[in-house]
Amino acid sequence: MTSIQARFQLDYGDFKLDVDLQLPGAGITVLFGHSGSGKTTLLRCIAGLQHAPLGKLEINGNIWQDSENGLFLPTHKRPLGYVFQEANLFPHLTVRDNLHYGLKRIKQNPGAVKLEQTVELLGIGQLMERLPERLSGGERQRVAIARALALNPEILLMDEPLASLDSKRKQEILPFLSRLHQQLDIPVLYVTHSQQEVAQLADTLVIMENGRALASGPLSETQSRLDVPLAQDREAATVWSATVAEHEIEYHLTRVAFAGGSLSLPMVDAPVDTPLRVQIYARDVSIALEAPTATSILNVLPATISGIADGRDGQSVIRLQVGDQALLAHITRKSALLLGLQIGMTVYVQIKGTSILN
Amino acid sequence: MLTPADLGALFLTFKVASIATLLMLLLGTPLAWWLARTHSSWKGIINAVVALPLVLPPTVLGFYLLVMMGPAGAIGKFTSWLGLGTLPFTFPGLVIASVLYSLPFVVQPLQASFSAIGEQPLEAAATLRAGPLDTFFSVVAPLAKPGFMTAAILGFAHTVGEFGVVLMVGGNIPDKTRVVSVQIYNHVEALEYTEAHWLAGGLLLFSFSVLLVLYTALKTHPVAHPLK
Repeated sequence: MTSIQARFQLDYGDFKLDVDLQLPGAGITVLFGHSGSGKTTLLRCIAGLQHAPLGKLEINGNIWQDSENGLFLPTHKRPLGYVFQEANLFPHLTVRDNLHYGLKRIKQNPGAVKLEQTVELLGIGQLMERLPERLSGGERQRVAIARALALNPEILLMDEPLASLDSKRKQEILPFLSRLHQQLDIPVLYVTHSQQEVAQLADTLVIMENGRALASGPLSETQSRLDVPLAQDREAATVWSATVAEHEIEYHLTRVAFAGGSLSLPMVDAPVDTPLRVQIYARDVSIALEAPTATSILNVLPATISGIADGRDGQSVIRLQVGDQALLAHITRKSALLLGLQIGMTVYVQIKGTSILN
Repeated sequence: MLTPADLGALFLTFKVASIATLLMLLLGTPLAWWLARTHSSWKGIINAVVALPLVLPPTVLGFYLLVMMGPAGAIGKFTSWLGLGTLPFTFPGLVIASVLYSLPFVVQPLQASFSAIGEQPLEAAATLRAGPLDTFFSVVAPLAKPGFMTAAILGFAHTVGEFGVVLMVGGNIPDKTRVVSVQIYNHVEALEYTEAHWLAGGLLLFSFSVLLVLYTALKTHPVAHPLK
């Protein structure tokens, strides 16, 4: 389901932005890249805070920019929510007045219930009468997220909302973002340079470099693409979406199901059907040609090799398809050669370890 | 004590200063906003023109205004054409001269406080559906409040303290253009030192109080950084 189409060209001399993206109208799309890759500029172009001279932007069937026809909707007329890197609250207004600032200015007020839900979701109910200077960095950012969400926007844009916080504050906010993820029915565009945030939040991943989108698509598929540097990284991993299927209490294990198979994980304290994100590091995946009959590894899954590339330090990077999910394996080049791995081969992957991200 | 002529001069002074301050805020706010935000190459020139009265001898400004507002000057011809006569030695002429003379004292604090607000709150307001004018009144004006206070106080006080421009443009007409500073000069010319003391002491006290308020209560620096 494509409902965001964004095409921008912008030239600042030493920096050029040139993207043409189709993005889904639901879930979190993470724009990932190093500083200077153009991810924030892209987000600002979508918000209208920056005016790309050449551009076409369509959100949910509404055109926000069309330079060919001289159309450019100013930011204040776009039904969006924006969260800045620094919370950017109005210093002269209390938390309550910050939250109401936008509400007073929209025609269709989503009502007090929506605001109450947002306030509760972000846990800021007890901060309402405070001024921003009396809030911690984490509290400020939560208020900023609530302020953007209270407007019931058609799309939520977040520009590195955790980047200015220390790791303790980050851990304080990430659970809120995960909850948002489950409860929000609007698309979220989320800019970050942190692989951890990609793993925890992304449904769709766009990898940006030098003002261009190197790759864009569903998370595990994009993470495992061999033509982008991410797959070569020592910390390379794929994240699968799964749900709790059953608990094996006597073994202290939980079986989770994903599209095309299931995995056994150390006991997860969550009811059946709870959605989970399971991260599998490429270094924790090994490959066998036949189904191993005697192994201590519980998670052995049939897979098809969909790509092979040279990795760093004598390694091979193998891309596999397991059911509907893509998987990366880092193995030694020698093993790859001895096993005679080829694209299209059916093999068995053994997954030595997994981690749950939510 | 104060003579009726002194009281007339005092009343006139405050009338001129009040009207001039109001006009300077109305004129200076958009001007300062533009100066604080523009990247235009005109910025330097406009800045220099606005700041000119800070360094120019008041008599020079007064002289040019007198010439321009006179029957042969451009402004004089225009006001005559409008059927308003000419402006020198009238109350409106005095107000216009005061506005030009004190404008930098209003524009500069405003400009500094607008600049200090930066881009971020404006962008936040835009993402929260506020248009440019709405943003100015709901975000910029409250954040620049110390700047407005400083601008108003300095503009008013500086207008009260003017002498050279007044004498050139307004002259010395009782109850029409004779302000306190001119009245003090009259007293001294007539060797009425006691009367001169009363008025001069009054102005000294007034000016000191104004600056004391600026530096203590508002905790601002009048020209450089109205915002902390």
